[in-house]
Amino acid sequence: MITASFEYRRAGSADEAIALLTENGDDAKLLAGGHSLLPLMKLRLARPSMLIDIGRLADLSYIRVDGDQIAIGALTRHHDVEVSELLAREVPLLPAAAGQVGDPQIRHRGTIGGSLAHGDPASDLPAVVLALGGTIVVRGPGGERSIPAAEFFNGFMETALAADEVLTEIRVPRLEGAGWSFQKFNRRAHDWAIVGVAAVKTGAGSGSNGEGAGVALVNMSSTPVRATGVEEALASGASAAEAAAHAADGLDPPSDINASPEFRRHLAQVLVRRALEEAGV
Amino acid sequence: MKVAMTINGTSQEHEIEARVLLVQFIRDVAGLTGTNVGCDTTSCGTCTVLLDGESVKSCTVLAVQADGAEIMTIEGLADPGTLHPMQEAFRENHALQCGFCTPGMVLAAVSLLKENAHPSEQEVRSALEGNLCRCTGYHNIVKAILAAADAAGAEVPA
Repeated sequence: MITASFEYRRAGSADEAIALLTENGDDAKLLAGGHSLLPLMKLRLARPSMLIDIGRLADLSYIRVDGDQIAIGALTRHHDVEVSELLAREVPLLPAAAGQVGDPQIRHRGTIGGSLAHGDPASDLPAVVLALGGTIVVRGPGGERSIPAAEFFNGFMETALAADEVLTEIRVPRLEGAGWSFQKFNRRAHDWAIVGVAAVKTGAGSGSNGEGAGVALVNMSSTPVRATGVEEALASGASAAEAAAHAADGLDPPSDINASPEFRRHLAQVLVRRALEEAGV
Repeated sequence: MKVAMTINGTSQEHEIEARVLLVQFIRDVAGLTGTNVGCDTTSCGTCTVLLDGESVKSCTVLAVQADGAEIMTIEGLADPGTLHPMQEAFRENHALQCGFCTPGMVLAAVSLLKENAHPSEQEVRSALEGNLCRCTGYHNIVKAILAAADAAGAEVPA
């Protein structure tokens, strides 16, 4: 398969990418690793008239400590997140989940910023950043703004990113020693999660997720989604098992070849319980 | 547009459309047909090549994204008439039957050992998540990769 024709432009900087986006509007798409966009273009599910290649912007690939947060450049590849010793120490949930994205070849190309900007509810990393109470930094013609992950995903593959903005950085809190778990249920190696759960234990007042735990779900809604029923139950003193019963509260999970909505609700409850137990909540 | 890259040590500069995939550049433009196309949807891994030393699925990379890169395909692993230690290990351990997935398997395995010189059996199996084989049941492929890791001189030249 081959994509429809498009004009290819290589941006030499984030600012140049923003200028090209401003000039070309919705017809232009950013290309980073391309592992979400190119498959869609090959199937003609996406048909941008211009690709703006930001894949070579090395200054957007980094993982570093910034106060009580870790800052990750948007072009940091899944493989680099997976093997980061800094993240293994400070936010081990993130490299553990990144190491389960796709397969090694995909992780050599796909980027964390691309995964978040794509906003696929079946992707692993959006749920992880949600559970962590992370922040997404974007830059546009008017400058930079920070968007809480909880306000970033607002529709099926739709995000708060404007058409002329570039996602530049992901910020997550340092949670050294905090319990965590990533549960990914699928039937075949390298598949998307049928349901997934990211959970991190947050001590009283230490995180942005309330008192007990940050919990987010993969493939349980039209967007990556927080398990607010679980978080609220924990905050009001429920046990892990009691809280897990609320995993699918208020959610309308998708139906597809892999699972019915009922099966997904069941999976969410089982996987949330396992996640909370593994995280020591 | 003009795209230039090095494939197996040879410079390849060609005028192509931006939508040409890396695997098409390798097969149709450079004429190196050792890299197979299987699923064409980033699933089966038979089109795996090394891009600057790391395994990638060349059906999901635009040739222009590899502009300036060093590509290694199955043809470039060893001199003509000789076998790379990984190829030798595949032969010794009967790690192929029809052979269609083998170029991708070998390059995925070479990439794995560059990142993890002495993987456990479970690590080898996990590393092959992105490479499908419909003949062997994988056991002999895993054996071959473990044997290559054990063998002296299994260091990768790429």
